[in-house]
Amino acid sequence: MNAPFCPAALQPAPILPPLPPGTGGMDLVEALRGALLALAANRLRAVLTALGIFIGVAAVIATVAVGAGAREQVLAQIRALGANLLMVSPGSVNQGAVRLGAGQRPNLTWEDAQAIREGVALLAGVSGVIRQQHQVVAGNMNWSTGILGADPDIFAVQEWVPESGRVFNAEEARGARKVAVLGATVAEALFGDEDPVGQPIRIRATPFEVIGVLARKGQGPQGQDQDDVVVIPFWTARRSVMGAWRIWAHAVSWISLKVEEGEEMAAAEEEVRQLLRQRHRLAPNEPDDFILRNMAEVAATRDASARTLSILLASVAAVSLLVGGIGVMNIMLVSVTERTREIGLRLAIGARRRDILAQFLIEAVVLALLGGAVGVLAGIGLSHGLAAAAGWPVLVQWDAVALAVGVSAATGLFFGYWPARRAAGLDPIAALRHD
Amino acid sequence: MLIETEGLSRHYAAGEGSVVALSDVTLGIPPGELVAAMGPSGSGKSTFLNLIGCLDRPTSGIYRLMGEDVARLSPDALAGLRSRRLGFVFQSFHLLPRLDAMANVELPMVYRGLPRRQRRERAAAALDAVGLGARLHHRPTQLSGGQQQRVAIARALVNGPDLLLADEPTGALDTRTGLEIMALFQALNRSGVAILMVTHDAEVARYAMRVLRFRDGRLVANERQAPADAAAELAALPAAGRAA
Ligand SMILES: Nc1ncnc2c1ncn2[C@@H]1O[C@H](COP(=O)(O)OP(=O)(O)OP(=O)(O)O)[C@@H](O)[C@H]1O
Ligand SMILES: [Mg+2]
Repeated sequence: MNAPFCPAALQPAPILPPLPPGTGGMDLVEALRGALLALAANRLRAVLTALGIFIGVAAVIATVAVGAGAREQVLAQIRALGANLLMVSPGSVNQGAVRLGAGQRPNLTWEDAQAIREGVALLAGVSGVIRQQHQVVAGNMNWSTGILGADPDIFAVQEWVPESGRVFNAEEARGARKVAVLGATVAEALFGDEDPVGQPIRIRATPFEVIGVLARKGQGPQGQDQDDVVVIPFWTARRSVMGAWRIWAHAVSWISLKVEEGEEMAAAEEEVRQLLRQRHRLAPNEPDDFILRNMAEVAATRDASARTLSILLASVAAVSLLVGGIGVMNIMLVSVTERTREIGLRLAIGARRRDILAQFLIEAVVLALLGGAVGVLAGIGLSHGLAAAAGWPVLVQWDAVALAVGVSAATGLFFGYWPARRAAGLDPIAALRHD
Repeated sequence: MLIETEGLSRHYAAGEGSVVALSDVTLGIPPGELVAAMGPSGSGKSTFLNLIGCLDRPTSGIYRLMGEDVARLSPDALAGLRSRRLGFVFQSFHLLPRLDAMANVELPMVYRGLPRRQRRERAAAALDAVGLGARLHHRPTQLSGGQQQRVAIARALVNGPDLLLADEPTGALDTRTGLEIMALFQALNRSGVAILMVTHDAEVARYAMRVLRFRDGRLVANERQAPADAAAELAALPAAGRAA
């Protein structure tokens, strides 16, 4: 049905009241509404275009968050271990003209550890350590784990404290007694909820008595389980478990030592180095036949690799945003062409060129920001998923989020500018006639 | 004078030489008239209308709208003129298909920076005035041609223009619907809006008070006449034929 048509009603007074002044230009809310409407009219196209920016932003936020989480964890562990932990491991050795690789001959021995204990002041503890992977059996349960043969100092050096029972003492170590201290993971695997203290276990057919269980430490700097360990006295390990050749009998896998809190690391390190060089009878021009590392250095290398990773991620982000931006530009050019008549009409009814420019720029920015915003959400979700899978803490970097949003807006502005300029530069008459 | 031109010309570059679309038009139109521009195809009617509507600039000559020399104005000032003083109606309506009637009519007020509530009230009033008070939320595709043209007229009116410009406003409509539009134009004109419409249809030109005749880009006649009454003719038509 047609509406009643009565033009007579219009006369003679003006049909509409005088126009209120208004602000003289389009406001931002209107421009945003227009942009959303235009994008909604081509929903699928908008979604596909925003996808490029979405993927870039999501990937960056997720990887930055996970990387930061992993790094934070390493730092926390190094802090927990103390930056004053030193590790000496066997290095390469010169024998005549032949340069042998690390571990070819026992060049780091239990006696080296004892000499360091006696010769270097300012140490909180020293332990030679031998490590092998073996099967541990308790009742009908068995578990393959790292067996550490070590001196009683190891507990002070590693800050291992017993949660139940106790750790072995110097006398038990000297006597090569068959006592074992279990890491929490091993205790749980073999005994479940039961208290293992006082229970018998066998390591490689040798019977041991469990005298203590260590408090849980969690993951190590490399993501390994630090509680998946059994600690036994060094000489017990040598005689009853490891069964090595005679020339290897005094060899250690490494020596762990801890410098007294508040003492100069570099000085202690140098003392240890000189002592070992002397003991190994190295000429002044010969290189060390051992490797001395402190945890602060390890932290520094990890930090550097984290930075390399960040640079890599930044380039991935730049490329995906570039590709996304070109996508935005392409779609905006298509959109300007499709809407040429609309642009002509808008110019005819009073739009200024800058209104048209703003309309298309805002549309491009909104498009890019939509991709960016959804990318941020997906990135945060992905971070949590990855962190849960990897067992890492999540550290969503809010400055990275802000940067990602800012960069997507800038991408929209940059790549939307040329299409918007084209739209604003159209001749109204030609635009109205466009088909 | 509402419109004054002196030696108004528009040439188009075409290949080697140039096409003279409009040549040396001098005229004056007082306020409040309903004017028809007539002439055969290609005679320069649309060119003239676009110049008067400040959508185009003359190659030479002077054009004053309400005493203001338009040639001196910046593009933004011209946009301001189009926004405040002029309203356009096109043969092919040019409604935005994504927007409903109300939003289409709101559009000119958006560029004036009017708050949304005022815009909506005024758009509803304008649509009511053209007889579409019951079709506020229909989209162009849900409206007949005559209804679409009335939405376009509401849009042209909503900023309170002094001059309405219409290029073949009835060209896409049947006779009866065209007559309705003419009746609407005459009513608007009585309410104080000057109208310049282009048509090649002598039937339509009968409703104007003044007829401009173009030939080969020249103004060959500028005559006043007694207009026919479109509303009366519409009432005389058999009601059964009423469509749209
Ligand atoms: N953009 C243009 N470029 C070149 N020539 C043009 C252009 N626009 C119009 N012309 C020419 O100018 C002349 C006048 O055109 P105009 O559109 O004003 O005619 P008209 O009287 O409106 O015709 P019609 O009744 O067919 O709409 C024509 O010869 C046309 O070819
Ligand atoms: Mg024409």
